[in-house]
Amino acid sequence: MTSHLAVRDQFPIFAANPGLVYLDSAATSQKPQQVIDRLSRFYAEENSNIHRGVYRLSAEATARYDEARASVARFIGAARPAEVIFTRGTTESINLVAQAWGRVSVKPGDEILVTEMEHHSNWVPWQVLAQATGATLQVAPVTDSGELDLDAIAGLINSHTRIVAVTHLSNVLGTINPVRHIADLAHAVGALVLVDGAQSVAHGAVDVAALDCDFLAFSGHKLFGPTGIGVLFGRRALLEQMPPWQVGGGMIGAVSIDGTTWADVPMKFEAGTPPIAEAIGLAEAITFVESLGTEAIVAHEAELLALATDRLAAIPGVRLIGTAAHRASVISFTLEGVHPHDLGTVLDEGGVAIRAGHHCAQPLMRRFGVPATARASFSVYNTPEDVEALGRGIERARALFA
Amino acid sequence: MSSVSELYQSVILDHNKTPRNYGHLDSESARHAKGHNPLCGDQVTVWLELEGDVVKEVRFEGQGCAISRASASLMTVAVKGKTVAEVERLFSDFHGLVTGEASPEMEAALPARLKVFANVAQFPVRVKCASLAWHTMKKALDETA
Repeated sequence: MTSHLAVRDQFPIFAANPGLVYLDSAATSQKPQQVIDRLSRFYAEENSNIHRGVYRLSAEATARYDEARASVARFIGAARPAEVIFTRGTTESINLVAQAWGRVSVKPGDEILVTEMEHHSNWVPWQVLAQATGATLQVAPVTDSGELDLDAIAGLINSHTRIVAVTHLSNVLGTINPVRHIADLAHAVGALVLVDGAQSVAHGAVDVAALDCDFLAFSGHKLFGPTGIGVLFGRRALLEQMPPWQVGGGMIGAVSIDGTTWADVPMKFEAGTPPIAEAIGLAEAITFVESLGTEAIVAHEAELLALATDRLAAIPGVRLIGTAAHRASVISFTLEGVHPHDLGTVLDEGGVAIRAGHHCAQPLMRRFGVPATARASFSVYNTPEDVEALGRGIERARALFA
Repeated sequence: MSSVSELYQSVILDHNKTPRNYGHLDSESARHAKGHNPLCGDQVTVWLELEGDVVKEVRFEGQGCAISRASASLMTVAVKGKTVAEVERLFSDFHGLVTGEASPEMEAALPARLKVFANVAQFPVRVKCASLAWHTMKKALDETA
């Protein structure tokens, strides 16, 4: 391979688990040593609660937390750090918008548009919001190749549409969606756009200005960072209008018997002690990603995707689900006569870790007429040898179940 | 660690490929229940026709992995002709087998063809696959007793 990244040694999981072929990065990425060290250093040397601490340690922890926010803002091209809210993850970020924005902004007769390829986390919050407000949930269809039907979307976006919630990169199909185009359609009728960036942030530059999205949600743990930390980007004007979601400590202006005023954005949306170490760990993960460079990551993964696509397509009985022209290194497939769970068990014996199931995308499974798929996803630490191990494992399963 | 070829014994592969008693029962006196594993999406429906206290007919339909399909198929073979009390005893012994909690006596009491699932206990994530049809069958028994 010409553009082979040599970063595998930076991920201690592989030394601790010799023979591990980790092809489940779409579920969670492995962590580079520098992120693990950063978490450890925070707890060993810097731990204290943030805000209002009058002592040095707290002031420094607060500064690191604020720097993490600034680092995320820079990474996604947000105009200001205050547009970055720390959450527990993508799911919480989307729920925050559906609750805080949705409950006051969506009225009976309004429409909410999602797509058939959404993860349940970008589907269920909108479905529940629609049910609670009397709005209608519209669903944009997916073509046979696994792309969004853009003509259908153009027809579904109308003056009743309040928000379009769309994934940037399908966690099942690998399809990279033309989010900017969809945002333009939405904005033309005054609707907002929320982008689920859970998968896309780790596979190339995500720039909220270029996407022109109103909200972007993603998780730290798929971006080489810790679990328990996520991000909601929101345009400042929107965030300022939105009422708080969770209330309590850390998000108030002043509290009295008569009532409470709210802190300014972003603290208004960060009730309670936030995931401080995790935010700092996420910033370190971003440093890691930036040290590799988007171009190198994209080139590395594109080569693995091409190799894997060819290797799998050559195995009789393999059906690739999702053959979009613009795709990232996530491959879903089925093997004739072998249920994905059985395939997963056979692959596991060879140390190959894939995911099998509905991938939290049951509407999409129904669309393709399969109860489940096997999914292999590739990241910066994967190699051509990993692709070969996957291919051999599939062939072994095929022989076993013949 | 138990090997995959010990898990997927030939009896299991055979019943996965050619499940016995596959289909449904139309008769009005037949009872049925649906089982679902929301984690993996496996679904099964089990139909039972009792004559007095005895399982006269049993059928299943559904989709799932080889372990769950073979388990459903072998279950239908095992419970047909048995009394409700015998079926419940079988379920309890089988459950003990796949969770690795069966006493030697329980294991000895099981028909040989169900013992092929003993290795499931070495694959904790697959225990639910092996027991789904049994739980569903129990639900059907309790349905309209």
